[in-house]
Amino acid sequence: MQTGLEDQLGLYQKRIPIFTRSVKGRFRRFKTSVLVLAYAMFFLLPWIPWTRLDAPAQALLFDLPGRQFLIFGLTVYPQNIIWLAFLLIIAAILLFFVTGLVGRAFCGYFCFQTVWTDFFIWIESAIQGERPTRVRLFRQPWDREKIIKVGSTHALWLLVSFWTGLSFVAYFTYAPQLVLDFFTGRAADAAYITTGLLTLTTYVAAGLMREQVCTYICPYGRFQSVMYEPETLAVHYDAKRGEGVHGRAVVRAGRGIVTERRLARAEGVMSAERRLADLTTGARALAERHEKGLGDCIDCGLCVQVCPAGIDIREGLQYKCISCGLCIDACNTIMDSFGFPRGLIRYDSESNLAAATQAPPRLHWLGLKTLGYGAAFILMSGLLVYSISSQESFDRAVSQIRQPLYVVLSNNDIRNRYQVRITNKAAYEQTYFISATDIPADALDFGGFSEISIKPGHSGLVQVSVHLPPALAAKTERFDLVITPKGKPAEARSESVHFDSPSRRP
Amino acid sequence: MSEQKLQSQTVQTTGHAWDGDLQEYNNPLPAWWVYTFYVTVVFALVYWTIYPSWPIGKGWIGGASSITYVNSAGETKTHSWNTRALLVKELNEASVAQKPYFDKVSSMSYEQIAKDPEMNGFIISAGKSLFADNCAACHQSGGQGVVGFFPNLADDDWLYGGSFDKIHETLLGGRRGYMPTFSEVLSGAQIDQLANYVASLSGIGHDATKASAGNVLFHSDTAACFYCHAVDAKGRKDIGAPNLTDNIWLWANVPAVQGDVSKVAAIREVIANGLNKGVMPAWAGRLSAEQIKVLTVYVHELGGGQ
Repeated sequence: MQTGLEDQLGLYQKRIPIFTRSVKGRFRRFKTSVLVLAYAMFFLLPWIPWTRLDAPAQALLFDLPGRQFLIFGLTVYPQNIIWLAFLLIIAAILLFFVTGLVGRAFCGYFCFQTVWTDFFIWIESAIQGERPTRVRLFRQPWDREKIIKVGSTHALWLLVSFWTGLSFVAYFTYAPQLVLDFFTGRAADAAYITTGLLTLTTYVAAGLMREQVCTYICPYGRFQSVMYEPETLAVHYDAKRGEGVHGRAVVRAGRGIVTERRLARAEGVMSAERRLADLTTGARALAERHEKGLGDCIDCGLCVQVCPAGIDIREGLQYKCISCGLCIDACNTIMDSFGFPRGLIRYDSESNLAAATQAPPRLHWLGLKTLGYGAAFILMSGLLVYSISSQESFDRAVSQIRQPLYVVLSNNDIRNRYQVRITNKAAYEQTYFISATDIPADALDFGGFSEISIKPGHSGLVQVSVHLPPALAAKTERFDLVITPKGKPAEARSESVHFDSPSRRP
Repeated sequence: MSEQKLQSQTVQTTGHAWDGDLQEYNNPLPAWWVYTFYVTVVFALVYWTIYPSWPIGKGWIGGASSITYVNSAGETKTHSWNTRALLVKELNEASVAQKPYFDKVSSMSYEQIAKDPEMNGFIISAGKSLFADNCAACHQSGGQGVVGFFPNLADDDWLYGGSFDKIHETLLGGRRGYMPTFSEVLSGAQIDQLANYVASLSGIGHDATKASAGNVLFHSDTAACFYCHAVDAKGRKDIGAPNLTDNIWLWANVPAVQGDVSKVAAIREVIANGLNKGVMPAWAGRLSAEQIKVLTVYVHELGGGQ
């Protein structure tokens, strides 16, 4: 019996708070533009008006009670559920494809967890200030300043979370009416529950848990790791260049270069080294370092400070890295200020970094997996586009009435009955009529009406009764029922049905 | 062994020592389990106060939640929450949802209903469940009936007429089919002759001499078949006497037996013994006027209209 094991392996690790420093650069610009675009889409899409005949004037409306998704000019009915399957398959393949090429790009730039966390951190720094100020605020006791600053940060987070939740709900009902109803207490229970839940989860996930969601909860980050190839581009620290023979070393102003491995305060380093860069060229400083066997990394620690996952990229590729590229921006800023060449931390592949002579990093398109994913992506996208563009204006379901299978009439004719359900998927009211091929025209009997007019999105039922003389019935095993929209013979669709008679008694 | 464990200091004890060295291990339940248990206790307390819970004497604690419903007498009742009241409430709501359709049914004529695609859709679904609940026990789920017992409603032969009005009349008042027993008034040979004649009317293989004798007998006052089945043997719908010249059989199970001799025997059986079992109950009073109207149109459509 093993005892005391729980004490040795604590399953719970207390979160070490992360205060990210803001940074400027290519990847920061890209992340910001993705954030602005994503927010513009998410928050504004439900508010775009769109004129429709008999549905709310909202461009994007997932009308669950009406059993229809209204997407601009397209109306999606439950019968089109296959499109959702296509879309999910396309999304999955795209994820695999991109991951094989450039690693966890989805995690770093597009995932809503990343985007919302990024925005929440921006709010935090806008109110509480830059990293050192935030660290100081975190350590100081709960005085008036701390209460006001931290309180207003959380209040703003909650507000953004709430608007996120409400915007999500706005996709499912007419948005202007929803907002009006919501604040006057007349909205549906589901609206309050959904908004409440999403407010809570957004606040907790993007405000409180942040990188823990990626580290502990999210399965995608984990399984993306197994899609990496040696040629996959990922955010890497060039250890050969950075560490040299004797490792990284801090640059000290005035006193030259020492091997003391110590984390300096970044501001001091930067201003001092800017002066150094003015005095001598970066190339000379670098040559001096190389002479002493030192690497290019000056151990300023900025790459660690900007990391939203709180990791040190110099320890190599790790599962916590969401591949956001901010450490690249940070390192390049430092390298620039010293006049050192950029790219100590860069997008590169494992195989290239390990090679004796490094080539410039490039995308490896020509892998079997990449080409396969690419082909699958193009195929599925083509299928989806074809399926949407070639969709029929109506859906039909013809079922034979099987109780009884057939009826012998008084003159020995055989009668079979069929139930035809027509669903109008067009955006206008349409009249349909039914005919048959391979059997005499007078064999069909529709009862009271021979054509049926159906409103858009609705279904209609028609009972067709077919009677054939015994000789013909014995020969007829199948025939076609043809459903034709009035005035559109090109859209006619036929459905092959079975004809039962006593001579072929099952 | 226990001493060894105690010495290892890895297992906590409750801290008591009896008889000098008798100690008890302390292996507490996992914290998450304990808290989950507390949560369930709190849940139970909340549940007891909201829903009916404890029996007291002949009654019970009703709980804080209540339900308002309209009972069968039309009175609005408020009761502590229970599933029976919920069922009544939901049934009421369902009938309110159906009401516009039933109102439409009662305001429209049969022909209008049959010609209106939307109403027709309602008839197909509502009529199907009404038919299944009330009619299918005898007439079978598709209305195909059972030869020898219950008429087929899906064919084009109607004993009492297949118009909307006649079907409505049948549903309201019910029917009673009767044919006298002829074995008491006719000899076996005479019945055999009649059976051969009836078989000849429907094109079943028969003895021609017997059939022509049967023809005479059919139209004579001795057997007097023509009183009910009419001179041309095509029956009389006003009294429900069946047409003997078509291929539809209700009482004599002709379609099921093989060979002309057996078929003639099946007919002979009916003539000899007569029948007194063609009883359809009256539905007036059991179903509402609208329900009977829905069934009228539904049954009319089963037979393809007549």
